[in-house]
Amino acid sequence: MEVVKTENVTRIYRVGDVETNALRGVNLSIQSGEFTALIGPSGSGKTTLLQLIGCLDMPTSGRVTVNGKDVTNLNRNQRADIRAESIGFVFQFFALIPTLTAYENIEMPLLLAGKSSSERAERVKQLLEWIDLPDRANYRPDQLSGGQQQRVAVARALAINPALILADEPTANLDTPNGRQVMDVMTRLNKETGVTFLFATHDPRVIQYARRVVTLQDGLIIKDELVEKSAVGA
Amino acid sequence: MMQLIKMAFRDLLRNKRRSFFSSLALGMGLALLLLMAATVSGEIRGAMDTSIRLDSGHLQVRAKTYDANKNSVAYEDLIANPNEVAAKIASLEPVSVATPRLFASGILSDRDETTGIRILGIDTSSPAMAPFKDGMLTGKYLENDDRSGILIGETLANKLSLKAGDAVNLLANTSNGDVDQQLFTIRGIFTTHTPAFDEYTVLMPLAKAQAITKTEDHASAIFVLLKNSDQVDNVKNALQTEQLQVVTYLKMNEVLLQTEEFSRGYMVLIYLIVLAITAAVIVNTLIMSVFERTREIGILSAIGMKSTRIMSLFFIESSFLAIGGIFAGLIIGGIMVYFASTVGFYIGNYGATSMLIGERIYAYLTLKDAIDLTIMAFIVAILAALYPAIMAARLEPVEAMRGGKI
Repeated sequence: MEVVKTENVTRIYRVGDVETNALRGVNLSIQSGEFTALIGPSGSGKTTLLQLIGCLDMPTSGRVTVNGKDVTNLNRNQRADIRAESIGFVFQFFALIPTLTAYENIEMPLLLAGKSSSERAERVKQLLEWIDLPDRANYRPDQLSGGQQQRVAVARALAINPALILADEPTANLDTPNGRQVMDVMTRLNKETGVTFLFATHDPRVIQYARRVVTLQDGLIIKDELVEKSAVGA
Repeated sequence: MMQLIKMAFRDLLRNKRRSFFSSLALGMGLALLLLMAATVSGEIRGAMDTSIRLDSGHLQVRAKTYDANKNSVAYEDLIANPNEVAAKIASLEPVSVATPRLFASGILSDRDETTGIRILGIDTSSPAMAPFKDGMLTGKYLENDDRSGILIGETLANKLSLKAGDAVNLLANTSNGDVDQQLFTIRGIFTTHTPAFDEYTVLMPLAKAQAITKTEDHASAIFVLLKNSDQVDNVKNALQTEQLQVVTYLKMNEVLLQTEEFSRGYMVLIYLIVLAITAAVIVNTLIMSVFERTREIGILSAIGMKSTRIMSLFFIESSFLAIGGIFAGLIIGGIMVYFASTVGFYIGNYGATSMLIGERIYAYLTLKDAIDLTIMAFIVAILAALYPAIMAARLEPVEAMRGGKI
């Protein structure tokens, strides 16, 4: 099943009189269960494409479809609904809410989705076990290491059983062992749950985990290739 | 909702000092408002009480043609057989005291100094005279059969440098339009703690006042105190006749009531100014909070939190600040009002004959004022969150996260 489809998507940023063409007509299709890396140099449009697919931003032209639904021209609240129902995010910085514990951070999307207390408790417990942090449930982000925080962010992204998880440079702020741990968790969850991962990176240690690599340059896809070998760190 | 409340509470605890001072600002604002409201209420209430006790009573029964502004002692303007009329009125169940009084204009002179005064002819044994009797400073109180003694107020005594035992010349209007004068001895000096009243009032026994004004067995009014002021209209209706007019304390103290109305009007303006300043502090705190938490707001939005919930978060934070502020305000304001109501503010000779204000104002906080101001402070605090809340809710997740150095 096609989880993501972009058709001739462009995104132009205007700052004063200056226009920047971040995307110049991107056509991309992602199937369910894929573990795809979006690579390219800085300024190639990786983050912009993730933001458009993640309904965090709207394209200047073209069409974006997520999970079979055209999300191109949805209003603010409709986009929030799509994010809450279908998309999980893992950001480059450890995007946890500092006043909430690991448990509460993971629970937040479930609350927003209106899940019952017992459903939430069960799901958060399961996710904490999946990311090997059941004993850190009541720790605040500042009491966790960078790698642990990013694993909590992965668990939060996965909480609602999304069709798609978008990760923007998920290991950029992590050292090699922690980066490997996070990628291992993501790979394992992709295999075990079948959730689709699309992550932007330019870290070669991360790219080797991908089964498909899409290369962007100057706002255009210049290469799209399947990688046959299994993930190295898995 | 519980999660939002938890988040809001923890967010405020992140910067405890700022939250504390924001709450305190609201608290101080509320405390100030409570004190101001209590002071105005106390001033008006005190002035009304003073007027009722000393001057107007709850009711005055007068001859139909009597004009209180003229202090007329013409027969046709006076009540005949006042003791009999007063006794009849006193027999009514709601009436506490009814006593005849004669008001006359006069001039008091001591060697080369003279001053205009109002003679108050009284039944010295009436319980209505308690404020004067209790307020005796020097000398002795009057007896009804005293034919040459008077009492004067402290302010008047100070003004003319008089003391008990001094002799003064008193000139009074008479019922036939002439004037009469006689030498009197100051038996004593009293204070009602109302300088404006004490400055122009000379007390003498009713019989003597009738003699000097040639108004035998007549009085200007029957001064009536009721057991309960709520009964004023009932008693007024019961006493109203063809020959007599019955005037209530509300009518006699119209200036005071108008002043109260005016005071309440400008107090609302002052309330709004104080609350606007307080609101500015809260707006500033919450805007700072939005700026500091821009990235977090972006994250919450990215994981699907809708604008209304983001706004709610700020309204809840503002509510916490308001609750803290109101709590502080009620405690600080309560202490200030307590002192202001027991110790009072000394204002000296500030009143006028048309509005008897004591030399000390005692604050009086009504439950209604306390509730109204508390609700007003809460609403203002919530409204103060509106702009920061809208600001936060309008943040685009991408922009918000970029603002947070994504």
